[in-house]
Amino acid sequence: MTKFSTTLIVGAALLATAGCAKKRPEVLPPAPGQTVDPNAGTGGTGTGTGTTGVVPGSRADFQQSVASDTINFGLDQYDIDASARAVLDSQAQWLARYPNVRVTIEGHCDERGTREYNLALGDRRANAAASYLATRGISPSRITTISYGKERPLALGSDEGAWAQNRRAVTVVLQ
Amino acid sequence: MRKLTLALGAALASVLAAPAAFAQVEVDIEGGISEPLPIAVPVMPTPQVASTPAGSTDALGRQLAEIVAGDLRNSGLFKPAGPSGLPAVAMAQVQSPDYAVWSGAQALVQGYVRAEANGTLTIGCYLYDTFGRTELTRQGFNVPPAEWRRAAHKCADAVYTRLSGEGPYFDSRIVYVSETGPKGKRIKRLAIMDQDGANHRFLTNGQSIVLTPRFAPNQQSIVYMSYVNERPAIYILDLGTGRQRLLVQNASLTFAPRFSPDGRYVLFSMAQAGNTDIYRVPAGGGSPQRLTNAPGIDTGGSYSPDGSKIVFESDRSGTQQLYVMNADGSNQQRISFGGGRYATPVWSPRGDLIAFTRQGGGSFRIGIMSPSGGGEKLLSDAWGDEGPSWSPNGRVLTFFRSAQGSGKTQIWSVDLTGSNIRRIPTALDGSDPSWGPIRP
Repeated sequence: MTKFSTTLIVGAALLATAGCAKKRPEVLPPAPGQTVDPNAGTGGTGTGTGTTGVVPGSRADFQQSVASDTINFGLDQYDIDASARAVLDSQAQWLARYPNVRVTIEGHCDERGTREYNLALGDRRANAAASYLATRGISPSRITTISYGKERPLALGSDEGAWAQNRRAVTVVLQ
Repeated sequence: MRKLTLALGAALASVLAAPAAFAQVEVDIEGGISEPLPIAVPVMPTPQVASTPAGSTDALGRQLAEIVAGDLRNSGLFKPAGPSGLPAVAMAQVQSPDYAVWSGAQALVQGYVRAEANGTLTIGCYLYDTFGRTELTRQGFNVPPAEWRRAAHKCADAVYTRLSGEGPYFDSRIVYVSETGPKGKRIKRLAIMDQDGANHRFLTNGQSIVLTPRFAPNQQSIVYMSYVNERPAIYILDLGTGRQRLLVQNASLTFAPRFSPDGRYVLFSMAQAGNTDIYRVPAGGGSPQRLTNAPGIDTGGSYSPDGSKIVFESDRSGTQQLYVMNADGSNQQRISFGGGRYATPVWSPRGDLIAFTRQGGGSFRIGIMSPSGGGEKLLSDAWGDEGPSWSPNGRVLTFFRSAQGSGKTQIWSVDLTGSNIRRIPTALDGSDPSWGPIRP
């Protein structure tokens, strides 16, 4: 058990590094309503958010605090594997600190499924992530899901590497 | 007369029926090799040159003949000559052809165009057997100038129907998704066009992702899926008013809509907590009725033309396969058993075939099989062909082709032999085509 936790933490740390290197997907469509990223080009205009300029409980805070906002899946799969659990655990910890924050989980697929099947598969993936967060004590009422099927790929190639990146569920803080 | 019928009958027997070819899984090139019927389509004369909102009547006479020849050529069953390079036809000859001139062709299409005092156009269309020296059919169309192209399509349909025995399909439209922008954030707009790509117009502005449009049987509306307000759901767009309404209220993800043949219901899929089933709902709105309840993804439902059965795809066996059930959801039977995955089934309007997307070996291809699952045949062979939709006569399919890497999309059509495969021109990229019924 102890050994397992250590592995998890190391795994999470590694993923956190990877998460920093990974650019926030620019391809995501805008969330409902207008959202403002407190980090976006404010240049520290004195919003009373401390030295980092990150509002606690904000989308930016989430991005900085969790191992990653994204988990990945195998081909035509939607199970939450060990690395995905580590990522979702970090998200659950953060969400437990900010009980008023709501999130939406986006389910995405690679281009190797037909359009309508992929909408259903993306829904499966988003719901698998949501269910896991619920088992970690996050109220389902705080979580919505949306499937984008194969409509919003993150990596643009038609190769195994791109497809692996595109099979994903992304947690987005609603503000 | 006899000669013409016999010659075309032989060609059609191999092109349209090809019973032996259906037994093969591979694309059968042999099935498509039959001599197209030589047919002459000279310029249609006008009794008096007049200026109309559609152009002068003598220019229209040439354009009408070009459209008729284009339709017949695209069907793969005809080898049209003209209108360029053919002798001029005098008005007096339209109903009394100079057969000696046309002996190089087996059939002859003549016609005329006349501007009426009330602002409409009259187009006459005549089909002759040049060997038997007999008239085979004639039709006249009176249209507003804006619909002059439809008269040409109706004329081509009259020729095609008379000589092939098949139903018409040229005077019909295709609704599809027009695509622009980079692969990662495609802008998608509903668009509608004639089956030959003409009269193109957009129906939505691209603010929301739109997917999988389908014509209502009466062609007054289109059912489709949209991400309005980032809530993916099914909408019905009224083509007359341009208004759209949400079909199923207070639902989770709803998608994969198709009208019932009588237009009274919409078959659709709803995903709830990761499980997807097929439902139907009155087209005017109301309570959905659940038709499947197997664990897994049941989607892509499509009615048989008599409305008594539904073909759909399900991954309940572990991979996507095709199933047929009664319209009330009872008696669900698997009909596809090949390797790979089968998806997007659509029942032919003739009832005799089901078209689908087959995935395997790293590619998506369009195929057909009988409603009992026999006689599977693949019609296309590219990296990413998906989403077939039947022509009104059940003899041609339209689908979309995605390019590996770029993700660029094009609309294509293919006949049942698989040999007459061609692109339908669109100004921008296009996907999810749905072929509408023949126009009244």
